[in-house]
Amino acid sequence: MSMITLTVNGATHRVDLDDPSTPLLYVLRNDIGLEGPRFGCGLGQCGACTVIIKGEAVRSCSRPASSAQGADITTLEGLAKDGKLHPLQQAWIDEQVPACGFCQNGQLMTAKAMLDKNPNPTDAEIRQGMANTLCRCMTYYRIQSAIKRVVTGTRTADAADDREVTA
Amino acid sequence: MIRNTEIPKHIEDALEREARQPGTSRRDFIRNTGLFVVSVSAATILNPALEPALAAAGQAPARGAGPYPDPDFHQLDAWIAIRPDNTATFFVGKTDLGQGTGTAFRQIMADELDIPYASTSCVMGTTNLTVDQGGSGGSDALQTDGYPMRRVAAEARRVLLDMASTQLGVPVAQLAVSDGVVSSKTDASKKVTYGQLIGGKRFNVTLTGANTDATTGVAKIKPVQDLKIVGTSPQRYDIPGKVDGSVKWAVGVKVPGMVHARNVRPPFAGAKLVSVDESSVRSVPGFVKVVTKGNYVAVVCEREEQAIKAARQLKATWQRPATAPFPASEDLFKFMRAATPTFSAPPVVAGDAAAALSGAAKVVEAEYDVPYQGHTSIGPAHAMADPSNDQMTIYSNDMKSYGLRNGVAQFLDIPRDRVRVVWMDGPQAFGRTAADDAGFEAAFLAKELGRPVRVQWMRQEETAWDTKGPAFAFKIRGGLDAQGNVVALDYEARAADHNHVGYNEPDTVLIAQLTGQRKATPARGGSGAPTEIYGIPNQRLVQHVVSLPLVWETPLRTGNLRDPMGPQTAFATESFIDEMAAAAKMDPVAFRLKLVNAGKEDSGFKKARSIAVIEAAAKAYGWDARPSPKAATGGNVVTGRGIAYGVRNQTVVAEIAEVEVDRRTGHVRIVRMVVAHDCGLMVNPEGLRRTLECGLLHSLSRALHEEVTFDTEKVTSVDWRTSPTLRHTDTPEKIDIVLVNGDPDKNRQDLPHYGAGETVCKPALAAVANAIFDATGVRLRRVPFKDARVLAALKAST
Repeated sequence: MSMITLTVNGATHRVDLDDPSTPLLYVLRNDIGLEGPRFGCGLGQCGACTVIIKGEAVRSCSRPASSAQGADITTLEGLAKDGKLHPLQQAWIDEQVPACGFCQNGQLMTAKAMLDKNPNPTDAEIRQGMANTLCRCMTYYRIQSAIKRVVTGTRTADAADDREVTA
Repeated sequence: MIRNTEIPKHIEDALEREARQPGTSRRDFIRNTGLFVVSVSAATILNPALEPALAAAGQAPARGAGPYPDPDFHQLDAWIAIRPDNTATFFVGKTDLGQGTGTAFRQIMADELDIPYASTSCVMGTTNLTVDQGGSGGSDALQTDGYPMRRVAAEARRVLLDMASTQLGVPVAQLAVSDGVVSSKTDASKKVTYGQLIGGKRFNVTLTGANTDATTGVAKIKPVQDLKIVGTSPQRYDIPGKVDGSVKWAVGVKVPGMVHARNVRPPFAGAKLVSVDESSVRSVPGFVKVVTKGNYVAVVCEREEQAIKAARQLKATWQRPATAPFPASEDLFKFMRAATPTFSAPPVVAGDAAAALSGAAKVVEAEYDVPYQGHTSIGPAHAMADPSNDQMTIYSNDMKSYGLRNGVAQFLDIPRDRVRVVWMDGPQAFGRTAADDAGFEAAFLAKELGRPVRVQWMRQEETAWDTKGPAFAFKIRGGLDAQGNVVALDYEARAADHNHVGYNEPDTVLIAQLTGQRKATPARGGSGAPTEIYGIPNQRLVQHVVSLPLVWETPLRTGNLRDPMGPQTAFATESFIDEMAAAAKMDPVAFRLKLVNAGKEDSGFKKARSIAVIEAAAKAYGWDARPSPKAATGGNVVTGRGIAYGVRNQTVVAEIAEVEVDRRTGHVRIVRMVVAHDCGLMVNPEGLRRTLECGLLHSLSRALHEEVTFDTEKVTSVDWRTSPTLRHTDTPEKIDIVLVNGDPDKNRQDLPHYGAGETVCKPALAAVANAIFDATGVRLRRVPFKDARVLAALKAST
């Protein structure tokens, strides 16, 4: 057994693992009790397990837990500060983005890492930056709208969205 | 034996979610009211601490979890509970797969009850708490199951008005009710709240109706014009928790003593397990057991990563089947066309298609192919089963939780009332997914081990072994007269759907097949027919089902996938209509309108509503009437637009795709989509828009990317590289959703709320193919339109 120490959302956790190469995802979910990151593929292909480490969106399903020691790890649960949702989370609610919601951890965390590096992406940069984070309910269109809301500072839900028409 | 069949508190709290009162949960409700209105045993399970209160109420239950009798749908109390604080909880036997149906149920029931939406909450799909409405499926949540919900809420309102009349000494006719407060129309000082009338107490009102769908009281539902909450768009109550990480999912359920299992699947379809070498995994830390039965193999360990490691490491010897289980995917359609059908529906015949074809001025003939396409859920199948206290509790996101309960009880020979399914949120499930299979596997392993067992499939397992939408091969001939009228349609569909597995059947779930408990004769699947809306005088419609060599224990098992035959059939028929329009040198919109106009009207005004959506889509797009293809413009990137139309039950939709095709690469980019949709009365228009957008994009994914590939012994599309899906970069830049009410009487008092989940999935594949044709003059008759396939078709045409 080996003891590893992880700093997640500002709190320190010590976890005893018989295999320190255990993917970070299982340690977060099963030992630390953070279920924002989710298992989608275990192959780093879908993004459902995404966490942020040193400003980078990281696929926790294929990152050994031991290699994340000493870094600040942020999960979905750590996005809100002082009881206030992160602007992206608020935009996700305003835009009513999620369908089943299973992938949205990855969408939100990937978007956050993207905007932290580039607060004013173009539409094409948003699509490209999100391209490897998959949603099988296909909420892509609303995800992109929600990111644009944050980029442009639009806050309130706008039912009279000009791209929608009611006959 | 570990004893934890009480639902863990955090899960119990998750079952009833509402935005209205932070910190108020069902547990608080039970504690505060001292009475649980649905069933005594349910209350015990939810909160054992309640026992003294129940005893005081003369309803002391036996200690311990279970049994779990069915809530009685003939009791109003099984559907609605009102608290002293004038709030209400609705108990419905449906599940919300992320399309906002839970929010819609609260809207329709709050409206009938006359209580603010914000004062309500909803519990769904947990077998011992909510009446059996069948879970989800068939886009029937509002179309069918919404009606008993409305009627029982109306009945509760009627009963409450009677109670208020007695209490206030005012005749019912002189009472008004608003926001859960009943008052005298003539003396405003005389008023009483629902909570004061019945809060925390039982209605004890018996309902009638032969089955759950028919459940009714005495009261009538309101005319559409009196509905105030229906037609508005409250935000979905489940979204905040999905955004801040607080939602409790079935995939995260843990109880003390729980172990983790992973399956080991046969490496070749139809393989027989010869032996398993348990010593190959005994040294894995946390190893608990290898469980084998027939060709079913699972490895159980204390921790999740240990189970994954052990499942990968287990040495098992498998014997290949004597004959190939299926042709390779590139030979599939040739095989299907040559196969002797295992079932042929009696041909649907109108007029004389053969004679009309031989006399036609022009005959159009085409073949279309749609491959197997999988569910490929974003979250692999999972379930947790707890066998404590001789009961079986299964935590699952299965959309048909009641079927899972019944199926597991039969499969494991456990009395039905000892099995319960706690339904919780989960990854996308549009039909018969592997969530069914995982629920059975968890229960089987939990019974074997006598411990709570959590099962989760791996990605490769999910993508290879989930149920598939059947592959289709079509051959269609059509005849045009000299004026461009369609005079004949000769249609043949072949679906590779010989053994179509149902939901939660104890003799067709994967573990039943692998353990040899399968049924003797497979349930035959179905094929698809064109829409009956088009008026074509001479028709011969033939539908066949064919089988691949391996029928059981195959990863190419078919099951319902979102509008099970619709996208395939609509791809062929709506492409063909376009081919005939082109042959007649007519505008595709005008051609379709002419065909609809030639058809018959039905009681739901489908003809009028079909015309309305086709016209609305054309108007919203800015459609310029002309035949396809458009005049060649030259250049490497060409653009075009295509329309297609679809109907499912009473819901009608028209879709227009605008595409760019890169002639150098064959890459198709969908630039814009327009959807005009009529599902009758809209309960939550903003929720509907999103459901339509997502369903549309799912079909675009099927149009551009999705295809199950296999060699002659196994599926080879097994992850997101080999089984690609639509991505952010593929999303159309513009999607216009046009919500249409095409009913001839737009102010009908009884305008029905039809289903909305699946119709939108139907026409998108054809709309894209028609747009590609418009752009290039090249007809794509094989799904999906991958770059290489499009490029080859472009090259073949020059």
